Amino acid sequence: MPVKTLTIDGQLITSPAEQTVLDAARLHGIKIPTLCHLDGVSEVGACRLCLVEIAGSNKLAPSCLTAVAEGMAVTTNSPRLQEYRKMIVELLFAERNHVCSVCVANAHCELQDLATAVGMDHVRFEYQFPKLPVDVSHDQFGIDHNRCVMCTRCVRVCDEVEGAHTWDVAGRGHNARVITDLNQPWGDADTCTSCGKCVQACPTGALFRQGATVAEMEKDKQKLAYLVESRARRASK
Amino acid sequence: MAKRIIIDPVTRIEGHAKITIYFDDQDLVTDARFHVTEFRGFERFCEGRPFFEMAGLSARICGICPVSHLLASAKAGDRILAVAIPPAAVKLRRLMNLAQIIQSHALSFFHLSAPDLLLGWDADPARRNVFGLIEAHPELARGGIRLRQLGQEIIEALGGRKIHPAWAVPGGVRASLPVEARDRFLARLPEAHRVTRQAIDFFKGFLDAHAEETQVFGNFPSLFMGLVTKEGDWENYDGRLRFMDSAGQIVHEGDPTKFEKWIGETVEKDSYLKSPYYRPLGYPDGVYRVGPLARVNICRRMGVPQADQELAEFRQRVGGVANASFHFHHARLIEILACLEFLERLLPDPELQSDMLRADAGVNCLEGVGVSEAPRGTLFHHYHVDKHGLLQKVNLVIATGQNALAMNRTVAQIAKHYIKGPKIEEPILNRVEAGIRAFDPCLSCSTHAAGQMPLHIELRRVDGTLIDEVRRN
Repeated sequence: MPVKTLTIDGQLITSPAEQTVLDAARLHGIKIPTLCHLDGVSEVGACRLCLVEIAGSNKLAPSCLTAVAEGMAVTTNSPRLQEYRKMIVELLFAERNHVCSVCVANAHCELQDLATAVGMDHVRFEYQFPKLPVDVSHDQFGIDHNRCVMCTRCVRVCDEVEGAHTWDVAGRGHNARVITDLNQPWGDADTCTSCGKCVQACPTGALFRQGATVAEMEKDKQKLAYLVESRARRASK
Repeated sequence: MAKRIIIDPVTRIEGHAKITIYFDDQDLVTDARFHVTEFRGFERFCEGRPFFEMAGLSARICGICPVSHLLASAKAGDRILAVAIPPAAVKLRRLMNLAQIIQSHALSFFHLSAPDLLLGWDADPARRNVFGLIEAHPELARGGIRLRQLGQEIIEALGGRKIHPAWAVPGGVRASLPVEARDRFLARLPEAHRVTRQAIDFFKGFLDAHAEETQVFGNFPSLFMGLVTKEGDWENYDGRLRFMDSAGQIVHEGDPTKFEKWIGETVEKDSYLKSPYYRPLGYPDGVYRVGPLARVNICRRMGVPQADQELAEFRQRVGGVANASFHFHHARLIEILACLEFLERLLPDPELQSDMLRADAGVNCLEGVGVSEAPRGTLFHHYHVDKHGLLQKVNLVIATGQNALAMNRTVAQIAKHYIKGPKIEEPILNRVEAGIRAFDPCLSCSTHAAGQMPLHIELRRVDGTLIDEVRRN
């Protein structure tokens, strides 16, 4: 197995050649914050929280999509990165309507944890307060677009793990939304198998089980990675 | 900077109030108006949310009685699911409501009103607060704080937190009462009884000394409304809605979820508080009062021995139905006693440890009304949903709003009695405030505990010209 030797935050490490900087860092106990990354599905580099500095380049690189390279020197936690990460989280909060106190995912929310981790004590940007719908037309689940951060984890898990591809993205930029089938109400989406993987994959309270109230949505992401791993094991037999 | 504590069950307001007192050319008071000057808009911004979120959402209306909104909302949700909730969930909800009434009444009496009653209307405003009370009557003050703590801790044991527990849900509740907590609360009851008894004796002791206030603080005939059991006894969670007049005649009794047939709502141009009225009598003649005074007036009996004894003595003292709003204080103490006795009965019930707590169902009804007794009076949550359960219309009828017309009359009566000429002295200002405080609306509570109250009084000629104003920020 070809390996690469590189340094992350001054620590000399060796890593399999096909690994990303994020994987390599995690393997060696170096934490890089992420939001759109989900174990078991492909990377999209959408959230930009895992940006790192690479010596010799002025550009910041998303560690989830950057392959390790020989002699690479990576910095995961500089004042500049800290500032950018904090700004990204603030922008996420400003963009839609995140009200933790009454959210189903309160205390079990990756966005909330990130805000704490990056030291966000207020939001410097003007809140947009967009008027966004809630769709509870599905029998068991619901989506509240107010709480969606467009990480697209639901889209990827539905396509890559379940194989249904019920979820996708419509619109661009500020107007982008996750949709079900051809932008139909979720309850009318024929492709949905009601497996609930999207709900488990969602980092916030955007996707929830109906009937859940404040702080009741605890999501189990381990299950998704477990599914992927066991399928891979079976395939290799 | 004065701290503002939001402690109101009212949907659309918080602790800022304004009173306008009108004078004629002879400098005699002609009228007084109580205005609530802030707007919150809960009913509007909850539209579009799933109904099962409403309990947690509407609990955020108030930091003092979140439980009241939680329960009324969960009950409205039960109706939308069209389920009978598990018996254990009913008992647990009742338990939390008793705890809520105890803690809120203890706050109203010991922290907010006792400084007036025990230190005197004319006492130095800098001392006329809970800290002054601690100095003058440390035992009573400490007991009051402990009593409130008991209520808060029961709420916490059930809901995981003292304030804004999202514990009651459409279909039931989320958690039962741990045995360890039950034992802890049972052990606390004797002390709570002792404190309540002490407060009742204290209060009765100086009732005679406050004969003038008793007569002047909102003493007028009106209807009284609240829930009663089907036997006509005191109730706080379920039961039937009863209207009684000042002569003690029951003018209506029926299903509380049909409240709209009997209660109309109007808005007045100078306040954000809605003013509900008894529909058959119309506005403004249909003025009615809710809350502790109404509940003890309308019931046949409390249903527990010690409180029943106190109720009998109370009725003897006031001569039947109590019309003066000053008696809200006394009624509040009787209710604390009753709640403690009901707690004593309920806590040993093994069903409180049941794990069958939540009925599961979809949307089976497009409309739901939830009614329960908040400490300040009967609370109605009325929802309309679409077939998926998204709220289309929300109407909340809040206790303090239902007392709005009565509070106006109370303020006018106090002003007419005490204000001679267009200049107000501080002790008079305090009496006007105390008239409102007897109702225990959020407004009176807001910052009085810290020795300040953001009250604003204007004196005007009948043509509206401003003569004088007093502002306490």
